[in-house]
Amino acid sequence: MTQLINIPAQLKKTDLTHLLKQMWQIRFFEEKVDEFFAKGMIHGTTHLAVGQEASAVGSIAVLQERDKITSTHRGHGHCIAKGAEVNRMMAELFGRTTGYCKGKGGSMHIADVDKGNLGANGIVGGGFAIATGAALTSQMKNEGYVVLCFFGDGASNEGSFHEALNLASIWKLPVVFVCENNQYGMSGPAKEMMNVEDVAKRAVAYGVPGKVVDGNDVFDVMNGVGEAVERARNGEGPSIIEAKTYRWKGHSKSDAKKYRTREEEQEWRAKDPIARLRDALIGEGLLTEESAAEIKAAAKKEIEDSVEFSKASPMPTIEDLMEDIYA
Amino acid sequence: MRELTYLEAVREAMSQEMRRNEDVFILGEDIGVYGGAFGVTRGMIEEFGPERIRNTPISEAAISGTAVGAALTGMRPILELQFSDFMTIAMDNMVNQAAKIRYMYGGKGKVPMVLRTPAGSGTGAAAQHSQSLEAWMAHVPGLKVVQPSTAYDAKGLLKAAIDEDNPVIFYEHKLCYKTTSDVPEELYSIPLGKADVKREGSDVTIVATAIMVHKALEAAAKLEEQGISVEVIDPRTLVPLDTETIIESVKKTGRLVVVHEAVKRGGFGGEIASTIAESEAFDYLDAPIMRLGGKAVPIPYNPELEKSAIPGVDDIVAAVKETLNRH
Ligand SMILES: Cc1ncc(C[n+]2csc(CCOP(=O)(O)OP(=O)(O)O)c2C)c(N)n1
Repeated sequence: MTQLINIPAQLKKTDLTHLLKQMWQIRFFEEKVDEFFAKGMIHGTTHLAVGQEASAVGSIAVLQERDKITSTHRGHGHCIAKGAEVNRMMAELFGRTTGYCKGKGGSMHIADVDKGNLGANGIVGGGFAIATGAALTSQMKNEGYVVLCFFGDGASNEGSFHEALNLASIWKLPVVFVCENNQYGMSGPAKEMMNVEDVAKRAVAYGVPGKVVDGNDVFDVMNGVGEAVERARNGEGPSIIEAKTYRWKGHSKSDAKKYRTREEEQEWRAKDPIARLRDALIGEGLLTEESAAEIKAAAKKEIEDSVEFSKASPMPTIEDLMEDIYA
Repeated sequence: MRELTYLEAVREAMSQEMRRNEDVFILGEDIGVYGGAFGVTRGMIEEFGPERIRNTPISEAAISGTAVGAALTGMRPILELQFSDFMTIAMDNMVNQAAKIRYMYGGKGKVPMVLRTPAGSGTGAAAQHSQSLEAWMAHVPGLKVVQPSTAYDAKGLLKAAIDEDNPVIFYEHKLCYKTTSDVPEELYSIPLGKADVKREGSDVTIVATAIMVHKALEAAAKLEEQGISVEVIDPRTLVPLDTETIIESVKKTGRLVVVHEAVKRGGFGGEIASTIAESEAFDYLDAPIMRLGGKAVPIPYNPELEKSAIPGVDDIVAAVKETLNRH
């Protein structure tokens, strides 16, 4: 039995199916990546956010196109939700020239600066001050955009979190810090790595609002982040929104998950954000089983196609090695 | 004798030291049940418990500074930094605190700590997880810098580093972790500042560090088939540097090729080359000194590009031949 969620009355049907489609795209993208890693067809390292789709999709759903995000090492979902083409994302993981980083960045560094995705980051906590700086530009140039800074519970223990929040707060910058609290920083349980239950409580120290939302309920995420974004856009400064969620997979490919129980994993699987959204839509009569299946199949096909696209794309050549070091 | 991997040798040195000396403890991210990002501390928490195998939050600034403080007051901490790239976040504590304290205090106090960290490319982890930054640390008076290339050396050098009353940066190359060599069961020490002649030869001296030692030996074997006799020297520690062994070798062979994975520009190879140029060995040189190092480019994700960013066996072979053709 999946847990039920409530659908806000003001959302249009098209918005709703869009949310569902994006969440499925993310899920299928990551499962495909997982499969290819296991087969040795993708190299390097990758961090999957299977189970966390609602926080990425819900947060970005309330943004306008001109708004910006900074992402993390677990950033495929943020990237897709911000409108990235899955073809170019998959090609990046295959190390091809058609990838977002021309095959030079890989999973941890995908960015699409033109579309407001200021980049995933291999450095935990690397995005806090960058997001703050992007918000400073918005304020100084009066550009009116808001920046969403995604981060994990573990990252909130880095000094950069505290320093960036303090700065954003005193300067009232239009930035929203969205914590995806998936309960662990690699193997470190959040409850052992900080002495407050909620990352959102840390907001008090910086004189900004902090709110906890159900990170597996896409609508609860939209409400929480939506309020914070409005506040930021009105010049009232930053907030912290903490989405409680869970990553189903290991931290990265070589993780025996000895630090948590299989029971706990099962408990969270029952809160699958995608099943909850689909069931709610069908329950309210906004979607039929058939059209849900169609959306799902279309998302799956896009991912399959992205694999074909990637395989057909060229590898970079040695001449490309020294390109793009300087602007 | 038994064979151990480099990774096991590092672990064994720490375990044996910890059994011997209550003051030694390890702190770092995910070093408990997870066993560390690369598995170096696997199983240690079972023997030594969480007091001495201290899992930390993700906060390199705090944990490096904590290690400095603990060292200054009588403990002998070993800090595991997950990737050497994250030195940037621990930098203030290592460079402005650990390295300076004894001198600034007029010879009062000491900071006996070891910062162990995996460096280097070859795993597809891309630009923020693949750097070789040892020259940074070697530049700072007050720090010692170790770079073992074999399991045997790793165990003996780590023991010496733990016994040191000064801060030591201990670079472990990721691709060395799985290499094996004969390692004695008992605890033994290899003094810092003592180079090792990994292979004797008479035509050319190669000074190589970390993973490049293995590549240099491969190159030497190939060159031997062509009648060229190569001596391979591994300094093992950059600070202190055993200039004597290198000078003696160059006096014998009359030719020097220096090779490291770190970017050539501003790299430690320049230091070795100028040391020889300034020494009595200069008069014995039959050809200009050659330096091989990484290209001045961030490490790319694509595996072929990644390989081409750093010296390979063929590059070393070519460099040796080139120096033989110069007079
Ligand atoms: C500065 C830095 N320290 C450590 C790491 C290694 N590392 C990568 S992800 C991670 C865990 C991050 O936890 P959290 O912020 O909670 O995000 P999650 O992985 O749970 O999404 C760690 C320790 C890193 N990449 N950067």
